[in-house]
Amino acid sequence: MKYCSLFGTFFKVGATTIGGGFAMIPALKYELVHNHGWITEEEFTNYMVVAQSMPGIFIANMATAVGYKLKGTRGAIVALLGCAAAPIIFILLIAAVAHQLNHIAIVEHIFMGLRPVVVALIVVPVFTLARSAHLTWCNCWIPLATLLLIVLCHISPVWIVVAAIAGGFLWGAQRNKRELP
Amino acid sequence: MIFLQLFLTFLKIGAVNFGGGYSMLALIENEVVDRHGWMTTTEFTDIVALSQMTPGPIGINVATYTGYTAVISAGYNIPLAVCGALLASLSVLIIPFSLMLLLFAVLSHTQEHKSIKTVMAVLRLTVIGIIAAAACSLLTIDNFGTPALSLQFITSTLLFACTIYFVWHKQVNPLWALLVGGIVGGLVYSFAPAP
Repeated sequence: MKYCSLFGTFFKVGATTIGGGFAMIPALKYELVHNHGWITEEEFTNYMVVAQSMPGIFIANMATAVGYKLKGTRGAIVALLGCAAAPIIFILLIAAVAHQLNHIAIVEHIFMGLRPVVVALIVVPVFTLARSAHLTWCNCWIPLATLLLIVLCHISPVWIVVAAIAGGFLWGAQRNKRELP
Repeated sequence: MIFLQLFLTFLKIGAVNFGGGYSMLALIENEVVDRHGWMTTTEFTDIVALSQMTPGPIGINVATYTGYTAVISAGYNIPLAVCGALLASLSVLIIPFSLMLLLFAVLSHTQEHKSIKTVMAVLRLTVIGIIAAAACSLLTIDNFGTPALSLQFITSTLLFACTIYFVWHKQVNPLWALLVGGIVGGLVYSFAPAP
């Protein structure tokens, strides 16, 4: 029985939250902590930290964590599929329709208005992340070098992320060593 | 083989996506538009607009739509395109899912380690550059119109500037910006005299 409500809960959160990612936190918290009482508020915060520091999609990682806690690996799979199901179905319907509609003039006109807005929406997180990542004059070479390597040298972001993990790990190990007696 | 390429591409994107939805958009843009050429810059921008307006995490939405479009563009029929969509959206989940399970299996409790903290701090900085790069490749004449000072270019630039101001400074919900953009586009380009 729990598998059904596990799937249903994540299906509901996936189907009702527009804007994705962090817009889902309040709804998710209400469902998991207050409505079902599956996890405590403290566990929710812990899972959030883990889900954010792992690669991938935040809500999918939360689903994996909660599903695993309640029902093991099988629970994790059920919760994961639950949160992905609704978006996949929605987008498939839209994709099927959109591929028929894009020859109509008014649809094209609406998209001509939407495009600059979308580009702006991708520019905004550059500024907001700069604040939350504590960007300073000393470390701004990291995002700048990333930008130049991708745009000018056509290096894949994949390699830059791999290099950042290796570099951060070595730097952290160095700092650890220095602070230990 | 488009299906194998889709699988490997989205597997990779899932594995290196640190930093949320917009970082994932940037990774998908780089792979799908710049590297594989499965769709044009304009098509990608349209997909992002649609994914923003539909429920669900934007990463899954864009992966699904990309899988569908890539298979259609390769000349296959709709049922196969649906398979491509499912393949793309599920393969993006595989590696993060495995890592989460591994973490829970190996560690009974998460230990705060200084190296991990430094790695996350460096990654957060890298993600800024990755998103900025995606924004650069989307700032094209296809998305803004040409020539300079044409009706489309001026309208686009105004919409772009207003969106940045309201969403960043005034913390307006992006959905309102998309709504306004759609209405302005529909009105201006439908009633303006053709050049």
